[in-house]
Amino acid sequence: MIRLTTEPINYAALTEQVRRNDCGAVALFLGTVRELTEERQTLALDYEAYPAMAEKKMAEIEGETRERWPVGEMAMVHRLGHLKLGDVSVAVAVSCPHRSQAFEACRFAIDRVKEIVPIWKKENWADGSTEWVHPT
Amino acid sequence: MKVNVHLFARARDVAGASTVTMDLPPGARVGDVRRLLAERYPALASLLERSALAVNDEFAEETLTLPQGAEVALLPPVSGGA
Repeated sequence: MIRLTTEPINYAALTEQVRRNDCGAVALFLGTVRELTEERQTLALDYEAYPAMAEKKMAEIEGETRERWPVGEMAMVHRLGHLKLGDVSVAVAVSCPHRSQAFEACRFAIDRVKEIVPIWKKENWADGSTEWVHPT
Repeated sequence: MKVNVHLFARARDVAGASTVTMDLPPGARVGDVRRLLAERYPALASLLERSALAVNDEFAEETLTLPQGAEVALLPPVSGGA
C-alpha cells in the first residue's frame, strides 16, 4: 500500500494492516521531525512532492523490495505539508516470515525512498530563516 | 512544440514559477531543456547541474527525444524520508 497524505500518519493502523499469519515478523520504520541538525535548531519542516511520480516511484520500490525478500504485506506512507517537531513524516511497515528479512526489507525500502522518490523538505530554522534541503 | 516544465523546491523559488512553458523545435531532447533553463534562469545554474529531469513521470537521459505533449519536470536532489 502506497500513499501520500497531508494528514497525520496512523502508524499503529498501518502496522496492523501488514500483519499476517504466515509472517512471524513485522518491521516498522518511522521518520520523525528532528530538532537538531548539527548545531542548528529546526522548528518545523515543509514537505512537497511531485505527486504522480512520487507514488509511481514508491510503487517501484515496493516491487524491488518484493523481488529481494519474501514480503507478505508492505505499506509506505509519506506525509506532505507543514510538519512540527516530532511529527511522523514517513512510515514503512513490512511483514516477512522471519525477522532478518523484515528488518532488511524495511531498511532497503526507506533507503530507496530517500534516493529516488521526488519529495523535498524545507527547513524552518529557529532563527526564522528557511532552506530547501538538496543533498550533495 | 510547446513543452511544460514543472519546477520544485529551491528551483521553483529561484525561478519564481512552478511551471515554465518552452517552445522547442521538433526533435528537441532533454538536454535542450536543461540548456534553455540555464539560459533563462542563470541563478539556477549550480542547482541545475545537480538536478535530474523527468519526462512523463520517469527519470530521463539527456539524449531522450521529447515526445509530443511531454510533461517535463526538473527534480533537484531529493530529500524525502526522515
